[in-house]
Amino acid sequence: MNALLAEVAAGRRMSEEELARLYREADLLELGQAANRVRERLHPGRPVTFIIDRNINYTNICSCRCRFCAFYREEGADDAYVLSERELHTKIEEALALGATQVMIQGGLHPALDITWFEAMFRGIKQRYPVTVHSLTAPEVAHIARLSGLTTRQALERLAAAGLDSLPGGGAEILHDEVRGRVSPAKLASQEWLRVMEEAHSLGLPTTATMVLGLGEGLEHRIAHLRAIRALQDRSGGFRAFIMWTYQPGNNELRGAPVSSAQYLRMLALARLYLDNVPHVQGSWVTQGPQVGQLSLWFGADDLGSIMIEENVVRAAGVAYRMSLEEMVGLIRAAGKVPAQRDTAYRLLRVFTED
Amino acid sequence: MATRWEGICEKVRAGQRLDREEGLYCFEHPDLLELGALAREVKRARTGREVYFNVNRHLNLTNVCVSRCKFCAFGKDPGDAGAYVMSVEEAVRLAREALPLNITELHVVSGLHPELPFEYYLEVVGALRREFPGIHIQAFTAVEIQYFSDISGLPVREVLLRLKDAGLGSLPGGGAEILKDELRVTTCPRKATSAQWLEVHRTAHQLGLRTNCTMLYGHIESRADRIDHMLALRELQDETGGFQAFIPLPFHPENTAMSHLRRTSAVEDLRTLAVSRLVLDNIDHIKAFWIMLGIPVAQVSLEFGVDDLDGTVVEERITHAAGATTEVGIAKEELLRLIREAGWVPVERDTVYRVVQRFDPEG
Repeated sequence: MNALLAEVAAGRRMSEEELARLYREADLLELGQAANRVRERLHPGRPVTFIIDRNINYTNICSCRCRFCAFYREEGADDAYVLSERELHTKIEEALALGATQVMIQGGLHPALDITWFEAMFRGIKQRYPVTVHSLTAPEVAHIARLSGLTTRQALERLAAAGLDSLPGGGAEILHDEVRGRVSPAKLASQEWLRVMEEAHSLGLPTTATMVLGLGEGLEHRIAHLRAIRALQDRSGGFRAFIMWTYQPGNNELRGAPVSSAQYLRMLALARLYLDNVPHVQGSWVTQGPQVGQLSLWFGADDLGSIMIEENVVRAAGVAYRMSLEEMVGLIRAAGKVPAQRDTAYRLLRVFTED
Repeated sequence: MATRWEGICEKVRAGQRLDREEGLYCFEHPDLLELGALAREVKRARTGREVYFNVNRHLNLTNVCVSRCKFCAFGKDPGDAGAYVMSVEEAVRLAREALPLNITELHVVSGLHPELPFEYYLEVVGALRREFPGIHIQAFTAVEIQYFSDISGLPVREVLLRLKDAGLGSLPGGGAEILKDELRVTTCPRKATSAQWLEVHRTAHQLGLRTNCTMLYGHIESRADRIDHMLALRELQDETGGFQAFIPLPFHPENTAMSHLRRTSAVEDLRTLAVSRLVLDNIDHIKAFWIMLGIPVAQVSLEFGVDDLDGTVVEERITHAAGATTEVGIAKEELLRLIREAGWVPVERDTVYRVVQRFDPEG
């Protein structure tokens, strides 16, 4: 293995210049081997995990209208909706019956739903159901705060008091305003996304961090993104996992070519090597498909996210990968790993030993 | 003391042949990436940075088939809804439509029709040869050749000679499935036996017709069956040298009589490709058939010993009948992008691996 990779795999922190060099020069299989070594050093003998959760989208009405999105609708459109409390509770009950431990409630930036609506929703859930509320991305938090005349910090405090347990890391896309200006001009800026995450961490609300490849970004933008995540994690320690998605070029304005499997696995392995302070790395079977999701376990990923009882946003872009619990367990086993169900905090709930 | 794996690495690097047990161990070797890297070493020693593809048009003359193999979703009985037979003129017309794509190969594979006489197939080949003299005709699996022999009463050698005279250039590698008659009795009892399949290829090679060989895996066979299959091919190749490429094909269970089975995983696909590169030391090329593997796995397979991504197939019906969700064709530009992005040099080849065009690796 190349000397630099060996050093990094052994635990030395990588610089941005080294990241760029490895991106251009390193062999894909050697990157995978180094990323595996890091994963094994951080989580010796740990199974490959997944969570059972339901992704509930409370509304598809969104003022943001990102060019890569196929999910949003205008208010008043025929298929625009806001879920009623009854619908929401039914979905949660169905999810719990299927073994879900978490709900991920996310939605569009609705022009009228202010913080009281979300407080009532979270309280209503927590009063009734033993479920982790892993909900609202940073753009939603910023939008709700603005609509309610609050700072984002105040909004997060109130949402946490109402039952919000942790935040998903969506809406980060690429944390570089050149890219954001082009693909999601109305969404909050990079620094704001990072600020909301840091505030959440300081209030004891852990989050994940995401990255979306394939938005026409260059290597320098990807590096800027990873640098920002690692720097914030050094300060706060609040990111539980890093999740790399790829942009889905279907049913939207942006179009373009999908990110290839080789490209995805290369960046995933590099992210595992560079983000030495983020405990978990998730492979995305939802955007890359179960095949590449499985291969990601050989390129640094130690978790495959959720089996996704319901997912609407990626599906709106024409991608419809589905997975049952049985399929998830089979997929991980066929990769030569031991599967385990986890909770939101990455604690093991059930290890699937060979039957 | 050297580990088992180190022993295998040493043998492979010294150009020594792996035996059955070593082949089996490669399947079990825990480190998938090490296995891939070793297979890739072999690929690099043979074909360097080059990755081949060709531009072809698939023609499936009929889907009516007396064989009705359990792993097939394409075959129909006569009179079934959707059953079809192409006329000679129609085959010519479809081929002509693909000419603007600069195809170098017509790839003809079909069902075993209960009534069409051998003359029909001779006519199709003859017509394609007359109309498109510059285009290579790769047609008829060993199973079809055996069937032509059965329905015409001619020996296999005579069938091949007549087809060759009519314009046949080479044989595809299909119909091999798993060359183990115990399994064939269960999955495809009405088609050529293992010995017949091998004998057709032996005869073709003797007549100067190059062929390919395949393996349909991921149904009811074991990994040991896969190794034995590869060893049978290796033995014949020692004798004739007529195989150009080995093409492992993952079984697609949807819409077949074995739909209760699950499609093999990406890791198993990559393992199978890598093991075949290591075991088949006398076959020049290992081909990833992206139609069955899916483009993402096919691209990654270039790091696992594969040197060929098959064709830009204009229309493919057989795998798609079994629920393949891959595209029915891939544009040449897309294939070039996938190869380049993974750091290889794309080379368009013709059917017998002569270079048509070597592309700039940077695009």
